[in-house]
Amino acid sequence: MATTASDRLLVSSQLEHLQAKYVGTGHPDLHRYDWLSNIQRDTYASMVGHHNMMTYVSLCENESIGRTRYKLLEKMFLPCGNPPEREED
Amino acid sequence: MVREGLRKRNRWDDAGAEGDPVVKEVGKAKAKEEQPPESLLSEQSEQTGVRPPGGGSNRSDRGSPGKKKSRWTRSEAAETGKKSEWESDEEEDATEVRVFDDGRKAASKEAAERPRANRWDETPVVGSRWDSGASAATPKQRSRWDETPQVSSGAFPAASGAETPVVYGGNGSVMETPVGGSGMETPVHVPGGQAEQARRTLDPSLMTPEHLSSLRWEKDIEARNRPWTDEELDAIIPDGYKIVPPPASYVPISTPWRKLTATPTPMSDGGGGEQMYQMPSSGEGSVGGAGTGLTLPAGMKDLPELKPEDYQFFAPLLKDVDAENLTMEEAKDRKIAKLLLKVKNGTPQQRKVSLRWLTDKARDFGAGPLFNQILPLLMSPTLEDQERHLLVKVIDRILYKLDELVRPYVHKILVVIEPLLIDEDYYARVEGREIISNLSKAAGLATMIAAMRPDIDNVDEYVRNTTARAFSVVASALGIPALVPFLKAVCQSKKSWQARHTGIKIVQQISILVGCAVLPHLKALVNIVRPGLQDENQKVRTVCALALAALAEASAPFGIESFDPVLKPLWKGVRSHRGKILAAFLKAIGYIIPLMDPMHANYYTREVMVILIREFATPDEEMKKIVLKVVKQCVSTDGVEGSYIREEILPPFFKHFWVRRMALDRRNYRQLVDTTVEVSSKVGCVDVIEKIVDDLKDESEAYRRMVTEAIGLIIEKMGISELDTSLEERLVDGMLFAFQEQLSDDTQVMLTGVGTVVTALGERAKPYLPQICGTIKWRLNNKSAKVRQQAADLISHVAPVLRICEEDKLMSHLGTVLYEYLGEEYPEVLGSILGAMKAVVNVIGMDNMTPPIKDLLPRLTPILRNRHEKVQENSIDLVGRIADRGAEYVPAREWMRICFELLEMLKATKKGIRRATVNTFGYIAKAIGPSDVLATLLNNLKVQERQNRVCTTVAIAIVAESCAPFTVIPAVMNEYKVPDMNVQNGVLKSLSFMFEYIGEMGKDYIYSVVPLLEDALMDRDLVHRQTAASAVGHLALGVPGMGCEDAFIHLLNFVWPNIFENSPHVINAMFNAIDGIRVAVGPGILLQYTLQGLFHPARKVREKYWRVYNNLYTSGQDALVAYYPRSLLQGSPGSSEKESLLSCPELNMMI
Repeated sequence: MATTASDRLLVSSQLEHLQAKYVGTGHPDLHRYDWLSNIQRDTYASMVGHHNMMTYVSLCENESIGRTRYKLLEKMFLPCGNPPEREED
Repeated sequence: MVREGLRKRNRWDDAGAEGDPVVKEVGKAKAKEEQPPESLLSEQSEQTGVRPPGGGSNRSDRGSPGKKKSRWTRSEAAETGKKSEWESDEEEDATEVRVFDDGRKAASKEAAERPRANRWDETPVVGSRWDSGASAATPKQRSRWDETPQVSSGAFPAASGAETPVVYGGNGSVMETPVGGSGMETPVHVPGGQAEQARRTLDPSLMTPEHLSSLRWEKDIEARNRPWTDEELDAIIPDGYKIVPPPASYVPISTPWRKLTATPTPMSDGGGGEQMYQMPSSGEGSVGGAGTGLTLPAGMKDLPELKPEDYQFFAPLLKDVDAENLTMEEAKDRKIAKLLLKVKNGTPQQRKVSLRWLTDKARDFGAGPLFNQILPLLMSPTLEDQERHLLVKVIDRILYKLDELVRPYVHKILVVIEPLLIDEDYYARVEGREIISNLSKAAGLATMIAAMRPDIDNVDEYVRNTTARAFSVVASALGIPALVPFLKAVCQSKKSWQARHTGIKIVQQISILVGCAVLPHLKALVNIVRPGLQDENQKVRTVCALALAALAEASAPFGIESFDPVLKPLWKGVRSHRGKILAAFLKAIGYIIPLMDPMHANYYTREVMVILIREFATPDEEMKKIVLKVVKQCVSTDGVEGSYIREEILPPFFKHFWVRRMALDRRNYRQLVDTTVEVSSKVGCVDVIEKIVDDLKDESEAYRRMVTEAIGLIIEKMGISELDTSLEERLVDGMLFAFQEQLSDDTQVMLTGVGTVVTALGERAKPYLPQICGTIKWRLNNKSAKVRQQAADLISHVAPVLRICEEDKLMSHLGTVLYEYLGEEYPEVLGSILGAMKAVVNVIGMDNMTPPIKDLLPRLTPILRNRHEKVQENSIDLVGRIADRGAEYVPAREWMRICFELLEMLKATKKGIRRATVNTFGYIAKAIGPSDVLATLLNNLKVQERQNRVCTTVAIAIVAESCAPFTVIPAVMNEYKVPDMNVQNGVLKSLSFMFEYIGEMGKDYIYSVVPLLEDALMDRDLVHRQTAASAVGHLALGVPGMGCEDAFIHLLNFVWPNIFENSPHVINAMFNAIDGIRVAVGPGILLQYTLQGLFHPARKVREKYWRVYNNLYTSGQDALVAYYPRSLLQGSPGSSEKESLLSCPELNMMI
């Protein structure tokens, strides 16, 4: 209640600006490839970050948890392969 | 107004009988004969020596035209003439009066035919001396709107200064309007002594902005109040009236005091005629609305208003030039001038466009042409704050664009901007800093130093001072380290002491400007100024000590180690120096001691205290202030013990400082009180109070006030437990004496002083309470409103103590007394009485209140109608309190009556009042059931005023919250059927507030309101959808995880298409709703919605969808992982071979 309508507008416009600074957020001109790489990395990061997922994956792979974590981290580098050639615009 | 009405009525009366135009003509002719020649009249006035009331001189001071004055005096005289007839002959009947009236009309009708358009001028009135000049001066026809008569200078030999050059526009049609600034309407007929004044007002560029705006304002007022002309009257009054000549016996009176008391005719609107009176469009041909009198050529009509004082800058724009004959440079200059004028005087839209234009084209225009026009404009003394701000903005923007191109102009800009740094207006200083900081970023350090270097040892102290400030801004912009080598060199300058002085001053200014940011560079800065302490020049030594004080103040409580090298010279300095320089050294020490560790602080305090005590006796006011300040700083340090202060410092301190003389100077007073409070917190309050308590009975009131304030603050801080009975008696006795004996207007100090002491005494106050209350009662009856107010305020302070002392009888008595004073006339006092009443009710409780609540509340109902803010605030608080705690004492009917009064309160400007009002609605609804209150509130949704409606919706929501939503929602939803936009919006808004307030209680009502919200979200009206969306948002935020997902997905389908709206308020509401729904249904479902449009071919779609996506991603990234699509890369160019790489095999694993 303390903020006025204009304050809120200001905050929301700043929010957009702020979000743009972080990895993972997108913008209308983002290429599919970049976005897909991001969500791929997010997926791996989530697996690495949740211990239950780590044990599950390593059980499936019959690997140690450490090795699985290493493998997943490795996969986060270029998860979708090399970037496609883009037409210049 | 009254007069106008009277005249109209009269004319209606004889409309049928005398509606003959021929008679009208005859009347006119007759009037002409009776009219004495004007000059004769004025001579007569000269002889009789009648002067205009109030003296013409002060009018002419303010620059109003003498001529207008004459119109006033005449019209008023005519008015009073009529009055005199009334008074002289009571028998005379109304018809005759009418005849008089119309006679005047006749005369004026005739006047319209004669050269002068103003009908009042022709009325047979003995004019004043002012009139003579005016009437002789204008033999020729003037436009009737023209309040700035074109003066032919020959008529006023006395004031040759009036001959302001008249500038004509290109076409002849505007020749009528006098051009050339406000000087034209200055009264030119000035008595000798004021000729200079008049001449000064002629040139608008020499006037202050305040003067100019008051002049403009005055002119506007006079334009509104100008006399009526015949054309206007004809437009108002229907046909069929004739103008009757005044009777031969009519003699106007000219007693000056009557003129004074008669009200000038205001402009009244003349409704009722068949040809309605048209509002005249203001000033033909003049651009300035209220007659600025400047004209623009036809091609320049899109330019904003040109004020007279702008003339000297923008005159070239007034010339109609052929664009093709201009050289490039001239065209450029013209363009810049036009843009600047638009920025300076234009509408916000013009301003924005021009500002952007100037910014974008800055490099094309070039630094030279731009600054050559902006800087003189910025220097003009008539510049208003707003205009200065705009020009500063222009400079700011173009500096960014020009960058290094600005270098040749750095010095020029600095000359203009530096004075802003020492402006008394805070915002001017900030803007000055901003420009210099941007300038230094654009031009670079080397250029800045090169530009300001010569000013460092300027002989003029003013220049050096501003330069030092400018340098400090440069330092804060480019970093202190960048400037350190330069400062070092300057401070060691052998050439002149001025350079060293300025260098040290820069350090001082830097530390004031950047505050604790000096810490990393503290050592370097201290080392730079250190040699200054032993400088041969006294001024340098002084400023050096001041710089050290500023550094220590900025770096407190850290950085003592950096000051090590200066401690010795400082302490040696205080022993050897005297006077001003000693004061500076003491100041530095005062700021350094608090940085030390306790042991050192103790040692150094003892060292310096000898000097301080010696200086206690100084007659120098400045020194006194500094000594007090240093004592305060020393005393508050940890290492200094109470016993030392008590024995060494207190005796001389009280001897020298607690004297009457100290109470006279405001700053000394403050400093002394602060220091004493600080001292008492070290040595305990008894020692201090003991010393000054008897001064409460001093004969000087100012001194008593100072003592009261000090004691009040000390007791507030230290409590009263240390005081023994005899001291306590003396204290209360003295306080009451001081309270009763006060005469001055400043009541606050005594009030808080006595209030604090009584509150602190608590139970111990019991023996004194009868006496205190007696005083209060006595003073409540005082003639002076201030005294009554203070007494009432004191009741609010002592009421809790009365409770503690169990003086219930006294309290009831006070309640009754206050009740009797509710008829108070002064709103300030009434407000205080209500506040006191509230305090009494609070402590005594609703049940024991005397007078009983059922008598008190009906008495408050009419007071609620009072429009004074303080009364409103206190009465609504009191009523709210009663509604909250003791509603059952009052019948429901009375509460309903109060509800109606409360609706008016929703209009209050103060937010606190509105908030208290809506809360009171809640209490009342709780007390008497929601239905009646709700009906009242729902009815109020129909009003036009937005604020009122908004408050009503809040009140409805509060009623819903306090009486359970199910009692309210059916009625509210039913109200949505009313086909009135305001009501429907109000309903949606109250739902929105209600869901915000009731939170998770909302889960029971979701399915009931969904159809309504559906309807609202599909409405054509934008505001409908917006309000409905915010209702959805609040609803959703209240009920996450309560199993209402289905309803929200349904609502989301209605909200979702609205994300493409453009209005920022709507879009904001929609995104809020979506955020709320995200919380309620989880981000996964929303992600599915979003994925549809992230790569949509239309950019507009992608923009909105990415915005939603980013919101989702930042607020619930981890939760999204489970919902990510497996692949979307298919179909994109060159994707087929990568598809295998994309799959994330881990996701397929199953056990």
